[in-house]
Amino acid sequence: MKAVILFNSTNHAIWAENELKENEISCKMISVPRHLSSDCGYCVQIDADDGEKASNILNANNIEFDNIENYKGE
Amino acid sequence: MLLDKTKNSIIYFDNAATSFPKPECVTDAVLNYMTQIGANPGRSGHKLSIEAGHIVFKARKSIAALFGLKNPMQVIFTSNATEALNLGIKGILQEGDHVITTSMEHNSAIRPLHELEKQAFISLAIVQADKTGIIDPKKIKEAITVRTKAVVVNHASNVLGCIQPIREIGKICKANGVIFIVDCAQSAGVVPIDINRDNIDILAFAGHKGLYGPTGTGGMVIADDFDHKKIKPLKCGGTGSLSDKIDQPDFLPDRFESGTLNIAGLSGLFAGSQYIQKKPGGIKGIYSHKNELQKHFIQQAEMFVQNFICYSSSNLPSAGVIAFRLKNISVSEAAQILSDKFEIMCRQGLHCSPLAHQTIGTFPEGTLRFGFGIFNTKEEIDIAVHALKSISEGN
Repeated sequence: MKAVILFNSTNHAIWAENELKENEISCKMISVPRHLSSDCGYCVQIDADDGEKASNILNANNIEFDNIENYKGE
Repeated sequence: MLLDKTKNSIIYFDNAATSFPKPECVTDAVLNYMTQIGANPGRSGHKLSIEAGHIVFKARKSIAALFGLKNPMQVIFTSNATEALNLGIKGILQEGDHVITTSMEHNSAIRPLHELEKQAFISLAIVQADKTGIIDPKKIKEAITVRTKAVVVNHASNVLGCIQPIREIGKICKANGVIFIVDCAQSAGVVPIDINRDNIDILAFAGHKGLYGPTGTGGMVIADDFDHKKIKPLKCGGTGSLSDKIDQPDFLPDRFESGTLNIAGLSGLFAGSQYIQKKPGGIKGIYSHKNELQKHFIQQAEMFVQNFICYSSSNLPSAGVIAFRLKNISVSEAAQILSDKFEIMCRQGLHCSPLAHQTIGTFPEGTLRFGFGIFNTKEEIDIAVHALKSISEGN
């Protein structure tokens, strides 16, 4: 199962990707799924199992994110 | 094209206007973006757009590291230091505010302030520097009133190269609850700066001078503990975020970065800022190099050039900018001969800083100005001293 981390800003998404990769969490930037958000740009896809760990890393770095949602694909 | 000194005898001493040549990694980065990436970051989800987003983030992180900033989102990219100063100044001021600035400001700071003063929107106090261009922090303290909202100070003079005691001034601002805005157009990449330790709230930098990025780059850096919502955006528009709303986002950096950024420029700025930070000795090394060049120039010119008058002090720390003239020839004519006959590029006149020239007594004629860069050498200075000697003697 995959999950996506949604952000208000694509700048925050890129920052998050950078920090997650530095912490060896497998992640990928993907287009924001339209059914999850009306934002332009991209979000970060992770393994759903890494959700809590990713959330802790983002919080520790004060990286604002909107939500983490399970994602099966469109 | 890079300046090839084996084929070209040009000596470029106009680095205070913009640095040249740029390191090869900078031109490579710009070319790589324009030929291999090209896309708009933050708008689309395709890989080229994401790659462009990575470039912007790397540039932001590199600038944050340069100024000791923890949160890279507090770095706001603008087209130059002037735009950053306008954003900081106009963004925080409200009707009735009192502002303190100095007699060493560039027009990029004094003009927006003076415009607001003329509209009777703010009141302005201009603290006078001494003849060496230095501001006494005590005078700033004395000028603070109950209505003082901000202090705006030029860190390194674009006329004299002298460096203001910003940490001390910032401490006074902090103690009095006053916002401290620092114009680091000349000092960024030249003088070590730590936004938090130096007590700066808002810092403006040029990307194309000491950071060796392309022209059209610069930015405003907001201290980690400063509430960015106190700053109103100068422009509103598309950010790629909150696209379902017509409200301007209030989070950073989107609040201040509407419209497509100069990604080609930021590619080069990232490369340039990394280049100077990774140089042996880092920024401290660059600072020592420029001070050595300044001392060498003043010493040699005073020894060999008749009619040489120097306004910059060789005893004070400097950003490698020197104001001088020859007593017996106008500054415009001397600059023209330096360019035409000796292929030495410099700037003459008032350097967009009428108040600074009034302070040192060189208004309205102005001075000649040499602005040294990281690639300049003592040998080039010796050639310039010889040229000045020749001009001074009428040869």
